This record gives sequence, C-alpha cells and structure tokens, in this order.
Amino acid sequence: MIEIRIHGRGGQGNVVAAYLLATTAFEDGRYGQAFPNFGAERRGAPVTAFVRISGQPIRRRCQVIEPAFLIIQDEALLHVEGVLDGLQPGGGILVNSSRPGEEIGGLIGREVMALPASPLASRILGRPVPNTALLAAFLALTELLPIDALVRALAGRFRGKVLDANSRLIEEAAGMVPVGQWKEASSETGA
Amino acid sequence: MKQALEGSQAIARAVSLCRPQVVSAYPITPQTHIVENLSRLVADGVLDCELVSVESEFSAASVALGAVAAGSRAYTASSSQGILLMSEVLFNISGLRIPLVMTCANRALAAPLSIWNDQQDSMAVRDAGWIQLYCADNQEAVDMTIQAYRIAERCELPVMVCVDGFTLTHTLEVLDLPDQQLVDAFLPAFHFDRKLDPANPISVGTLVSPEFFTEARYDHHQALLQSAEIIEQTRREWQDMTGRDTGGLLGVAGDADARVGVLVLGSITGTLQEAMEASTDTEPACLITLRAFRPFPEQALRDACSGLERLIVLERALSPGAGGIVGSEVRAALSSLDRPPRVFNFSVGLGGRDVPLETWSRALAAVAGNAGAGFDMLDLEPSRLPQEAL
Repeated sequence: MIEIRIHGRGGQGNVVAAYLLATTAFEDGRYGQAFPNFGAERRGAPVTAFVRISGQPIRRRCQVIEPAFLIIQDEALLHVEGVLDGLQPGGGILVNSSRPGEEIGGLIGREVMALPASPLASRILGRPVPNTALLAAFLALTELLPIDALVRALAGRFRGKVLDANSRLIEEAAGMVPVGQWKEASSETGA
Repeated sequence: MKQALEGSQAIARAVSLCRPQVVSAYPITPQTHIVENLSRLVADGVLDCELVSVESEFSAASVALGAVAAGSRAYTASSSQGILLMSEVLFNISGLRIPLVMTCANRALAAPLSIWNDQQDSMAVRDAGWIQLYCADNQEAVDMTIQAYRIAERCELPVMVCVDGFTLTHTLEVLDLPDQQLVDAFLPAFHFDRKLDPANPISVGTLVSPEFFTEARYDHHQALLQSAEIIEQTRREWQDMTGRDTGGLLGVAGDADARVGVLVLGSITGTLQEAMEASTDTEPACLITLRAFRPFPEQALRDACSGLERLIVLERALSPGAGGIVGSEVRAALSSLDRPPRVFNFSVGLGGRDVPLETWSRALAAVAGNAGAGFDMLDLEPSRLPQEAL
C-alpha cells in the first residue's frame, strides 16, 4: 500500500486532488481511498488530504502519519510546522513552485521536485489551480498509475472545455518531470 | 456496479435507489453532502420525489413524519446539534410507529463546539425508540441504508443508519452500488396500513391515559425486541441477492478460539482489524462489530463472547459521571453468562481525534495495567489538561 499526503490551502482543490488520485487508482483496477482532514473550511487556510492506493481492499481509516510521498500545492507550506512530518526515508516531495527543486530542497535540507503548476494552469486552464498538473507530474515521477487512468478519472468529474483543457494540462505537466525518477520509492512499499 | 464514490454521494445514491417520495432535511456538517447529492439527483430528474427545504431540523423530522403518515416513503438526515433539535420529533416518530429511515452522520455534541466525528449524537437519542444501525465502511452504509427501508417497513419502526462523519461521509472509496432492478426486487413499493386517508379517517397521536400508556410502551418495546429477527432475516435476504454479508445484529472476525475480544461500533472496525491481524506477537483475539445498538443484541452478544476471558469495549461516546454507554450495556448483558469475560471499557476518538493503528497495542497495554476495568479514556493526553486538573 502506498500512502500519500497532500498539503494545500482552501481553494486549491486539495480534496479534489485526493479524490482524483484515488479514483485514478480505481480506474486502473486497484483500490483507492481518499479523505480530507478538515480544519475550519475557508479559502486560504492550510488543508491536508490523505490518499491510499493498494491492490487489496483498504481497511485502515486513520490519518496518514508516515507518507511515502508529499504533494505540496503551496510552497510556503513547506515552512509550516508538521507538513514534512513522518515522510518515509527515501520518500518524495513534489512542490508547486517556479523555483528549481534544488533551491527549495536546500532550504529545508531535503530533496525536492518542483513543478510550476500554478502558472502552467493559468496558461492552459485560465485559472491558477495547481492540483491536476501536480497529479500528472506525480504519476510520471512514480509511474504508479498510467496517465490515461487519470484522464478517465477526470472525465468522471469534468466535461467539455474544462476536461479538454485539463487533458492538455496533464499531458504537458507529465512531460516536465523526469519520468520514473521515483519509481523505486513507489514500488518499495509494495502497492 | 463497482465505483469510486465519496461516502455521502454513495449514501445519496442508495437512498435514491429506494425511491423515496419525500425528502426533507436541513443542512449541517458533516451531513450536508448527502442532502446536496439527493437534491442534485432530483434536479437531474434521476429521482422523482418531493424535496422539502425546511428552516430547522425540527421541521425536517416533522415533515418526514407527516409524509410517512400520509402514505409516502420518506427520508431525512442530520448530525450532532441537528439530531438534538429533532429529538422531540424522533420520539414521536417511533411512538407513532412511523417507518422512516434517516441517516445520522455522526458528530460530536457541543459544548465545546466540534464539527468532527464521534457518536455522542446518536447515543444521546439511544432511548428514542428507533432501531439504530452502525456502519463500518461505505459499502455497509449503502447496503444498510437499503436494508433499513425493508426493516423499517416490515417492523413499522423508524431506523437510524449511523455513519461516522468525515471518516465515512467524506471518504472516497471503492464500493459496489447495486442497480435499480435489484433494489426494486428487494424492496417492495411502499405500503402503510395506517396511512391518513380522508375516505377512511383515523386519529393519530392522541392523548393516552394512564390506563393504556404502559401497554403502548410495552408494545413499542416488544416491537423493538422482535425487530432483531427481522434485521437478521433482512441480512440473509440481502446476502442471497448480492453475496455481501453487510447488516445484521453484529459481526465477528478474527480468531474463533480467542480468549481476548474487542468490541467496536462504526468506522474504527477496519483500522482495528488491520492492526489486530498485523500484531503477530500478541495473543490471538477476535473483533466483534456491533451493527445494531437498538435493538440491543443481547443473545447474539452472549454467543459471541462465551469463551472470552477479557473483552475490550472501545466507544466514541461518553456518559459523563458514569463512563461508557456501550460498555455499561455490554457488562450488563454478559453478567448472566456462567463465566462472563472481564470487561474493559475505553472511549477513543472523541471529537474527531484520530484512531491510529496503535490503538490496538495501546489497548492491550492498558488492560495489562488494569486500566479500563471501570472506564478510562484510552487516548487522553494528560499534558493537555488544565493544570488545576492534574
């Protein structure tokens, strides 16, 4: 089972990202579980969501304390207490940022992969919503699930122009990261 | 068909499959998504029903009561303070033997204010005379919602299907949503003998003098007791049609020869089960999941617990000044066994506190130290208590 934690701010589509990732697992014939850890629900407030992906039915419902991967939708959250807690050794951190991953990683003393998801989404979707671009990059890095399963998951949630634009967005985002770089980390834990 | 759905969405779809004619509800976190999804199904023309927006939970329950009394299948849902506000009507619904189904998206009660999950709300209306069923996952939430209509209408009793707020309502997971044909075959069209009909006028809810009140209460009590068999029968019928054993009075998993057992209600079942299976260095144990809290499955519980030396009851509610609610009832029920297990009673996960995998090892360690022999809070953090309490 692979456990993933998504950090973002209210309004960035954190819960949707978690639901999409779990649905992508389902579209690929696996089991997915996703749920938010709501604080007070308001725009801009830090929000956490959890995702589990497994070949077997998922029974545990506790929060994800020791994730294999972190997806951070707002770079500033890297400096919020608790955000990096519990990340497994060798686990990956994917951050929405226009700065190079090495520069961000140097600040927090960890290896970080960066994707300028907000400007990318602004250009293609017309809105700086980073979630789907980050998911695509995450899938490319880990090769955990095929991108076309994400497209099918998106098709269950969006239609028409929004779906078309998101499909273009994820294709471009997936090409912006080194494919398979985190493959080992995603198989070690045995999904 | 298998789908990946948010719990609330799945529950709404299950309700819709039961073809309610009237839905009346007032929004409250974490119940809101259920009613929003039902509202969308009505707007999209999937569900043909009267959706009544009301100004309070009191009205939501009252409209649902009236709708069933007038011969319609009805539905409502609420949580927490909303359950309390409708509590007067809840007693009326059951006393009038109105076969209504509602979802309680379990949430803590204020004060202090909490929007998060525990089971204090449904436990607060434990004595309202409703059947209460608790779901471990969203598959059970779907299946038990559909079974609830069959049970309610067979027994002429209302059923409250309890699903843990957020932990189930806001969790997306893979589940099998039955098709309309199957539900139609399982659940006959609504029929209510005592429906209000101008052509055949009857009085409902009249004053009952001391000469008859005790008998009315006896009748209600007997109906609840007898519903146990209907709940089991409905479980078997559902299993025959779907192959899924979801429902019934209680479930038992784990080692059949175990001398240690743990009893839980609701969504902590899966976490406990996984933790117990993974803990190979501890003695074998069995997991008892109480699905029906009312009627209280006394006999089934005795059967499940005979042979146990120790039983750990974990619950997400509290009777301040007494201790556990479920634990007290379990102790009483088991006291007539020749060799009753020693019952250890803990609260866990109050007001949304996470129930981690370590809960199992923590419970075993606490019991070894004789904690919970009366009642204890397993996940209490003494450092967070006000200093004067230490």
